[in-house]
Amino acid sequence: MSVDNAYAVELKGVTFKRGSRSIFNNVDIRIPRGKVTGIMGPSGCGKTTLLRLIGAQLRPASGEVWVAGQNLPTLSRSDLFDARKQMGVLFQSGALFTDLDVFENVAFPLRVHTQLSDEMIRDIVLMKLQAVGLRGAFELMPDELSGGMKRRVALARAIALDPQILMYDEPFVGQDPIAMGVLVRLIRLLNDALGITSIVVSHDLAETASIADYLYVVGDGQVLGQGTPQELMNSDNPRIRQFMKGDPDGPVPFHFPAPDYRADLLGKR
Amino acid sequence: MRRKSLLERIRLFGRAAIDVLAVLGRSWLFLLHALIGRGGIGGSFQLLVKQLYSVGVLSLAIIVVSGIFIGMVLSLQGFNILSSYGSEQAVGQMIALTLLRELGPVVTALLFAGRAGSALTAEIGNMKSTEQLSSLEMIGVDPLKYIVAPRLWAGFISLPLLAMIFSVVGIWGGSWVAVDWLGVYEGSFWSNMQNSVSFTDDVLNGVIKSVVFAFVVTWIAVFQGYDCEPTSEGISRATTKTVVYASLAVLGLDFILTALMFGDF
Amino acid sequence: MQNRTLEIGVGLFLLAGILALLLLALRVSGLSASPSSDTYKLYANFDNIAGLTVRSKVTMAGVTIGRVTAIDLDRDSFTGRVTMELEKRLDNLPSDSTASILTAGLLGEKYVGISVGGDETVLKDGGVIHDTQSSLVLEDLIGKFLLNSVGKEAK
Repeated sequence: MSVDNAYAVELKGVTFKRGSRSIFNNVDIRIPRGKVTGIMGPSGCGKTTLLRLIGAQLRPASGEVWVAGQNLPTLSRSDLFDARKQMGVLFQSGALFTDLDVFENVAFPLRVHTQLSDEMIRDIVLMKLQAVGLRGAFELMPDELSGGMKRRVALARAIALDPQILMYDEPFVGQDPIAMGVLVRLIRLLNDALGITSIVVSHDLAETASIADYLYVVGDGQVLGQGTPQELMNSDNPRIRQFMKGDPDGPVPFHFPAPDYRADLLGKR
Repeated sequence: MRRKSLLERIRLFGRAAIDVLAVLGRSWLFLLHALIGRGGIGGSFQLLVKQLYSVGVLSLAIIVVSGIFIGMVLSLQGFNILSSYGSEQAVGQMIALTLLRELGPVVTALLFAGRAGSALTAEIGNMKSTEQLSSLEMIGVDPLKYIVAPRLWAGFISLPLLAMIFSVVGIWGGSWVAVDWLGVYEGSFWSNMQNSVSFTDDVLNGVIKSVVFAFVVTWIAVFQGYDCEPTSEGISRATTKTVVYASLAVLGLDFILTALMFGDF
Repeated sequence: MQNRTLEIGVGLFLLAGILALLLLALRVSGLSASPSSDTYKLYANFDNIAGLTVRSKVTMAGVTIGRVTAIDLDRDSFTGRVTMELEKRLDNLPSDSTASILTAGLLGEKYVGISVGGDETVLKDGGVIHDTQSSLVLEDLIGKFLLNSVGKEAK
């Protein structure tokens, strides 16, 4: 097997198309094991698509997606469901099951995939909830929680089966500063304490840069740059520099492509 | 405006046809995946019970109320027409045959599409848009087995039961109007009915109809939810589609089934 | 417990459905408990079966004793052949019994009425009733009546 053990996830020459528009074009990404890797890029550049490719919810048009020694696109439907047991995903909206309470939400993966007794499940669930600081909220229904709490419950659910890889889809969007701080701390903490590989997909520069060991910047279906946060900050690539500094205009133009302004205003319809 | 060339029109027509075929293909695969194959999730019986409740029990009220009223109206109308031929005893026969053969299965299916079908679509669409389906997948649970299959079965089971309850309640409502109100002799009301209604040809054929409708309506509802665009606009469009497609399918199939069952070929 | 009420609701719903089926079977369609398999077949050829349909009643002395199960044309005699299934316990019909096609009321449905003959031998399964009386066709009656009156005037 061609998988280097230092990498938990490897994308080789992945091309993905939606309709005739190609989202990724021959992309290579390697996620180091046991580290926090940030994947950054402007909105709409396909970051979430990337997570779905790693989770094999989408199939690439060509290329290989290696996770834990398996090339996911070649697996059968049922093997895929087995392979996913070692991945956890924190979705943007939390994606809690609205008809189950907090406790049952976290217990769900355990009930489905293990034969543990009810007492064991109870203990594990309470441990996971304690880890995210919400043990006291186990009886609440998802719609009684704030956005930040939902995400933390979803995090507890994602780590219920002790996955090897944990993926976060835009964890910082729409969070108040306190909730954001809590999440940043949790991601780092879980990564170090459980020794899992974390992949954070985000466009929130400061937070991501503060926890990531390694960063990828994607855009236009390409990997624009990679390196430690420090390396990227000092990059001389203008596109990366624009993104890292947050300049409004630059290689990524402020204006959507349009005909000449003057001609448009003065010309006839 | 530039006029489209003939070739362009033909191309658009072709593309529309291909789209329709693609949706049909997807919906078949969807159904096969949901109902056949490995599905061993513990407690799926519990899931079915829960869905039977929300799909069946909660539709009961509207079915019973509309059944009573439709039976009563049939009775009034039938009495008026039949009494001018002096054969108002036949009103029981008329009510029973109309309900068993046509109105029971059809009206129940239409009400079911509006009440339970749209709810199924909206619920699944909502799960899709809040990423609950994706998150099930990532937990390693097939949403087709866990979310879709119990709902399909609940629909298949509920609708025929609802249709039979509808017919019984309708006949009871009709007999109440005819016998207690309009003064049709009770004995001839029931005996006329029993003489003309055949269990296999009328009751069972009606049940077969409602089984077919159950299959189609639930399938459309669940598929539209699963296949919808995961936005609030997409969900509302899918819900409308469910009601429209399901109603049209029921009415169209009803004609075909009636021709096969009661037509003389 | 919420689960409990839910299960009770579903249980009641299923019971109501089964009850509805039973009511439809017994009360509405008058399905009797006795199985219909205890029957035997009789044939009768009519010159004209107009209006008689499959599932029509077969009666004797006003009592329903069977049903018409098939109607087809006899290739040799060009008559309508009616297949009837009669209750098994009535196995003592004399072989010269008469079958006639009757109408219930002025506009009612057609049915087969059997009147008893006096022969010693009885009809067996698959037997044929030879003495038949065809359906009364209103148009024929009117036609005959008109012909008669025309004939009288000519005299």
